[in-house]
Amino acid sequence: MAIALSVQNLTKRFGSFTAVKGVSFDVDEGRFFSILGPSGCGKTTLLRMIAGFYRPDGGTILFNGRDMADIPPNRRPVNLVFQNLALFPMMNVYENVAFGLRRRGEKGAALDRKVREMLARVGLPQSGDKRIDQLSGGQRQRIAIARCLVLEPTVLLLDEPLGALDAKLREHMKIELKTLQAAVGTTFVYITHDQSEALVMSDAVAVMKDGRFEQVGTPQELYHHPNSAFVAQFVGTSNRLPVTFCWDGSGRPRARWGDIDLVLPEGFAAEEGSPWDLFVRPEAMIIDPDEGTDNVLSVTVRALLFDGGNSRLLVTVRDRPEELTVALPQTGQYDHVRRGDRIRVGWASAASRAFPGGEDRG
Amino acid sequence: MASGRLRGGFLFFFLPVALWLALLIVLPHLELLRLSFTDSLAGRFTVANYLAFFTEPIYWLTFVRTALYSLLVTFLVMTVALPVAFYVTKVVDVRLSGFLMVLLLVPFWVSELVRVYGWMILLRESGIVNQVLTGLGLLKEPVEFLYRDATMVMGLVYTSMLFMVVPLIGVMDDLDDALIEAAYDLGASKGAIWRTIVIPHCATGLVSGGIIVFMLVLGSYLTPNLMGGKNSLWFTEQIYNQIILYFNWNQGAAFGFLLLLLSSLIIWAVLKVTGQRLKEVVK
Repeated sequence: MAIALSVQNLTKRFGSFTAVKGVSFDVDEGRFFSILGPSGCGKTTLLRMIAGFYRPDGGTILFNGRDMADIPPNRRPVNLVFQNLALFPMMNVYENVAFGLRRRGEKGAALDRKVREMLARVGLPQSGDKRIDQLSGGQRQRIAIARCLVLEPTVLLLDEPLGALDAKLREHMKIELKTLQAAVGTTFVYITHDQSEALVMSDAVAVMKDGRFEQVGTPQELYHHPNSAFVAQFVGTSNRLPVTFCWDGSGRPRARWGDIDLVLPEGFAAEEGSPWDLFVRPEAMIIDPDEGTDNVLSVTVRALLFDGGNSRLLVTVRDRPEELTVALPQTGQYDHVRRGDRIRVGWASAASRAFPGGEDRG
Repeated sequence: MASGRLRGGFLFFFLPVALWLALLIVLPHLELLRLSFTDSLAGRFTVANYLAFFTEPIYWLTFVRTALYSLLVTFLVMTVALPVAFYVTKVVDVRLSGFLMVLLLVPFWVSELVRVYGWMILLRESGIVNQVLTGLGLLKEPVEFLYRDATMVMGLVYTSMLFMVVPLIGVMDDLDDALIEAAYDLGASKGAIWRTIVIPHCATGLVSGGIIVFMLVLGSYLTPNLMGGKNSLWFTEQIYNQIILYFNWNQGAAFGFLLLLLSSLIIWAVLKVTGQRLKEVVK
């Protein structure tokens, strides 16, 4: 598969602050690639360099193998869907979509056909004559994307376009955007701070922190095999247990969490007494586990957070200060659990991940 | 009782304004209107004062000349003010833009008369510009820059520029930078961005500033008189001549009303042609 966008060692400094520190990645043609990171991690700067609004201080950007170094934004085969969409209020919907084509000098029947086809494709064939302020949030979204897609860019960049929508519409647009991308086959590079958006829509996700990529992989890889504490914490939710490493009598790896001994994944090795953070996903924690489960704790239910299919329990273990989150499947099996109950929870050691402790505690 | 007190409060604030308008604006104008329809010698009703404007070519030609130059000045002011407003609001950072606004305003704290004399000191035959140019050897002998139409137009552009820049800065401030970037991203050149995004966005500011500048220039007296010299007759000078030189208040009043009527007509026509509505422009 051809590489649509290749970024090599890209760096951007603002004064003494380095916003993007030598980022490299490739995006295959037709993929949905997301860059996920907290605000201030440099993802917008990265996007603006790809679009051509910032000049990189180092590194190269290639579209289909062509270097973009001295090419201004208006001549790059890439278009950007802005965070606030930036639809032109002085034009109607039709003219917004036709804008880029007109700038290329297209006119007449060919232009008209392309605009109408694109409006139909995003499901708004009758909206050409409407003013921008007559559109709903979701419709504006679609017009902003249509305005770019009609130009058939090599790569479409999207800068958190769902941020301004309400929760329900955002859920809907996630699926719609994914479907649209699959239908048109354009390469999408999507930046967001919302891990759910990235996980649901993407073929590949890069997790960005402090100007660097922490990890690039499929959503499943990031979720199940995070390679840093940051990724484990940022993608999905995780319980973090500060532990110290030790070997037990028979030479198996153990983690001491206060006065509790926890079993670590097989083959794990570290220096005796070194600090580690153990991450366990709420859904890996099973209520009333089978006998023989690696780690079983006796806990007290502090709160019951009902949220439909995403319901959770907050539990504590004896005198430990950490509050653990345990998934509460709504199968009817655990309906008896009440606040203040003492229950048993456990997890298989293979479902936990340990990373060197002492960093980003907080 | 509450409504009575409300009415009292309303009268308290309304009366001064009403008196001001009636005594200082409406009454004098009614008197001028009466004068304009009165024969200067016999004191009878007549439309001769108005007819004189159309029958004597010197009068209506002066008006046409004044109106055309005013339109030219308005257009030039727009082309100068647009980049200035863009620079102040979009290019420099916020702290500097405040300072630049002050720089734009400061010259207007000085009276127009003083500013025009300032220009005259610069531009006259023995003025600074001539001294510098002859000193550098660019000119063999001093040139009289004053008393030319071009100099007058420049002076009018200078004196009325602020009235365009201020409304433009107002509307340009509202222009979302992302719109400019989006247009750039979608393949627009700089010229196309100005044509399709910036100027349409600024249309209301351009029209409201344009009306102010056009009216000010059309009715200005000092600048054309001092910088334009004897050959550049402005319509306000015709009014001045009638009233002060010939002591013909009736003719002067008629010219005054014609100026008001014709300039309003021009503005109405321009609003019609550009498809703008006064209600939106004055907002």
